[in-house]
Amino acid sequence: MSRPRSDVSASGPGSASEPTPSASEPTPSVPDPVEGTLRPSDHADADSSAEVNQPALGVVGWLRWGWRQLTSMRTALVLLLLLAIAAVPGSLVPQRSADPNGVTQYFNDNPDLAPILDNLSLFDVYTSPWFSAIYILLFISLVGCVIPRTKHHWKALRAKPPRTPARLSRLDVSRTETIRPRPGAGERPEDAASAAIDLAQQQLKRTGYRVERYDSRGATSVSAERGYLRETGNLVFHASLVGVLLAVGIGGGFTYTGQTVIIEGRTWVNTLLDYNSFNPGRFVDEASLTPYALTLDRFDVTYQPFGTQGAGQAGDFVANLTTQMAGEETGTGDVRVNHPLEMAGDRVYLMGNGYAPTLTIRDGDGDVVFSESVPFLPQDTNMTSLGVVKVPDGLEEQMGLVGFFYPTQLQREDGAFTSYFPALTNPVVTLDVYTGDLGIDGGVPRSVYTLDTSEMDKLTGRGTDVESLELAPGDSAELPDGLGSITFENEAPEGATGYEDSVKRYVSLSIHRDAAATWVLIFAVLATAGLLAALFVPRRRMWVKATPSGEGVELEYAGLARGEDPTLHGAVEQFAQRHVIAFERDRAESPSTQPLSREPSSTEPGSTPRVD
Amino acid sequence: MPETATFTLESVSVLLVWTAIAVYALAFVAYAVDLARRGAVAVDAKTEGARERELVAAGYAGAPARSGAVAEMHEQERASEAALNAPIGRRTRLVWARIGTSLTVLGFLFHLGGDVTRGIAAGRVPWSNMYEFALTGTLLVVAVYLGVLLRYDLRFLGSFITGLTVVLLGASALSFYVEITPLMDPLKSVWLVIHVFVASLATALFALAFGLSVLQLMQARRERRTAAASESSAVALKGGPGFLRTLPGADALESLAYRFAILGFIFWTFTLIAGSIWANDAWGRYWGFDTKEVWTFVIWVLYAGYIHARATRGWRGSRSAWLSIIGFTAVIFNFTIVNMFFKGLHAYSGLS
Ligand code: HEM
Repeated sequence: MSRPRSDVSASGPGSASEPTPSASEPTPSVPDPVEGTLRPSDHADADSSAEVNQPALGVVGWLRWGWRQLTSMRTALVLLLLLAIAAVPGSLVPQRSADPNGVTQYFNDNPDLAPILDNLSLFDVYTSPWFSAIYILLFISLVGCVIPRTKHHWKALRAKPPRTPARLSRLDVSRTETIRPRPGAGERPEDAASAAIDLAQQQLKRTGYRVERYDSRGATSVSAERGYLRETGNLVFHASLVGVLLAVGIGGGFTYTGQTVIIEGRTWVNTLLDYNSFNPGRFVDEASLTPYALTLDRFDVTYQPFGTQGAGQAGDFVANLTTQMAGEETGTGDVRVNHPLEMAGDRVYLMGNGYAPTLTIRDGDGDVVFSESVPFLPQDTNMTSLGVVKVPDGLEEQMGLVGFFYPTQLQREDGAFTSYFPALTNPVVTLDVYTGDLGIDGGVPRSVYTLDTSEMDKLTGRGTDVESLELAPGDSAELPDGLGSITFENEAPEGATGYEDSVKRYVSLSIHRDAAATWVLIFAVLATAGLLAALFVPRRRMWVKATPSGEGVELEYAGLARGEDPTLHGAVEQFAQRHVIAFERDRAESPSTQPLSREPSSTEPGSTPRVD
Repeated sequence: MPETATFTLESVSVLLVWTAIAVYALAFVAYAVDLARRGAVAVDAKTEGARERELVAAGYAGAPARSGAVAEMHEQERASEAALNAPIGRRTRLVWARIGTSLTVLGFLFHLGGDVTRGIAAGRVPWSNMYEFALTGTLLVVAVYLGVLLRYDLRFLGSFITGLTVVLLGASALSFYVEITPLMDPLKSVWLVIHVFVASLATALFALAFGLSVLQLMQARRERRTAAASESSAVALKGGPGFLRTLPGADALESLAYRFAILGFIFWTFTLIAGSIWANDAWGRYWGFDTKEVWTFVIWVLYAGYIHARATRGWRGSRSAWLSIIGFTAVIFNFTIVNMFFKGLHAYSGLS
């Protein structure tokens, strides 16, 4: 396997003069009006003389020098490695973007260390100044590198293949053949030479080479080059990376994500008001969201039954929705894991689900002061769920209830309740009652899922002498201190047996508009296509020269790799064989001339000895 | 294995896997013997050559022909290069390597059987938790190695490949084994089939590149020492294990390593894109710097760095080889440590 590296120096745009080969020259120079690829000066294949540093020439000189450093291969490499290293800490320390609860936890667990890390942006690595600096520099370098190469490549695409070097035997791969006229054949070697090169030219052209004839000093030759696609691919690849970055950066501004919860039977409308949380990009107009409505008809889930592997594991989640666009007929749609629902350019994702027990609270006179399905947050895989009820109005004092819902309640040995299975086999809600100030009137935002009891009195449960409330669907209980009563409504249809459907379910949905994703995908696919071309299309030059000599015609074949090209050797060998065979066949078929006999004269060290 | 599962498909799979591990271990031994014998053979050939040369040089004052050592090394490396590319029928006769390869093929068949029965028993692709990733991933490593053997005589990597497989597969069977459970919803996606499979394929190619890069470094050191010794006409330092004398030169090893690495890089790029598409369907965003995403990205950038290094003056050769080695280390780290200990959304190891 010969090393597919070119030994021929690339000459810069300024050194296009015809070289005069001399015996002392270590390698032949290829005359090259427009060198095929322009590479950073420290590219392994670039002309080393380009690296001779000029003395600093004042400010402009320094700037030019600095720019050359920034756009050098070495800088690109160092920045790439820095990027890899800089990305690692974000996987060691929780990130605000991906895992905000983890960050809070980290602050609690490491109160001394966390603020220090925070100052170093270690909880926001990927938006940190140092991470940004690295990738921005990398992309400046990338653009600075790609633009001149694109210009250069544009010219190269329209240039002729370079002049045939004087001595082909010095190239990466070469091989010679001699064809001799048969005794008595009346053909001049010059004509045979010219015919052979005509044929080579045709053959090369057919196999995708760009060809040019160079006839001089009694020798006829064709110069051919192929694989411009390699450089095109490289440029497309690098440019597409810029495309990905721009799509992410600009598209992010038009992107929004929002979260909401819908209980079975309820309708949600796509307006800012109806979102539990909403994160818009910089250019999103929050007032002009497309108005559409989603109604949760039913949420389905299956659980692995008892006694099987993975019992209780949930799957096949489906939120069955009725959808409605403004002014249109209603439709239906469903949201599953891995299968978001498309709504007016938004994508609706299923993020979670849970139970929402319907609770009715009446005051001492029997008047309803609260009646709602309250979403309880699942705490474990068996759906033990935590919920909070707030009754701000209608009673003398504000009231809050906090407690658990167990779809399949079981008492543990220590007396505590737990849920044993996630489906509704033995649903129970337990609640503790607080009265006092809910703390929601001061304008301080409070989560609906937490109860601030600092200004409240506990009336039931541990620490009081009243037992916690414990209700199954359909049950009612008196509230302590004659406050009234509470009912856990059974939502099952009339006549149902068992507890199936006795408690409503809810889904939490995430609604996304991602203006960038499509563009990112397009550029990523372009980048991959470019990469394939850049890595696997061989770029090479091939020459065939025919020199008429006393006894016959000497044919020289030579190839030169432009970049990694492990198959060059085989390609030259194969071409030479095909050419000679086709040439002889043509002669044999042509009635006007006699076939020439051929005999291989020599092979170069790089090639395998021919077995003839 | 639970006591009750006497002869289920699942238990057959486990049996096949352990048989495969045992056969691979034997293949490893055979390949190791081959490497040891290569060293010995190389020494024999050398002393024989040296004796001949001494006889020839007897007339010339018996000065040690130092620069001859370098020429001799190049000669040997060229021959080894030709041997590397030799078609199957015309390969060097290496009895122990042949035994190693036969055992590897046998082990592969058991391994394939274990993988397929696991898949049938589960009713889905057998790569949905850590144990299964390891099972299929190592299967692909061996498959790619055996496939490449058809084109290149890379049997000198046999002990590395079988050793790696025994360690990864054995450790997984011991400590990651989980019984078949139904898939979790997020895993029910064609992208599971594509993304994970392609990632395993990339890993297999990176593994070959890694092995070659390590040999490249060892060979480069031997070449340096031989050259230095011939210049200073001092006694040559030992250039490393003897089998190096039967391997191609560092340059040839490097360009072969590069070829596997760029193939792996393409597959890895594809892994990254397929993963993003899947993430966009499952989690509502195509990229979120989740731990596993971070590591996939880091590995991609490391190999981009390796490819760049090969094109950067002063980095081609040993320096770039280090990047290939670091890249594969990151791949293994990503599969083991990141899966087991790092918190993130990719919580599908099946371990608790
Ligand atoms: C985001 C950062 C970059 C990445 C991920 C990247 C990646 C790659 C990859 C994968 C290749 C191999 C494919 C090919 O040969 O065409 C490559 C090649 C190349 N890159 Fe980059 N690159 C980056 C930035 C740069 C920069 C800043 C420069 C300019 C100094 C540069 C110059 C080159 C050149 C000249 C090649 C061709 C190498 C050869 O001749 O084999 N790249 N790059």
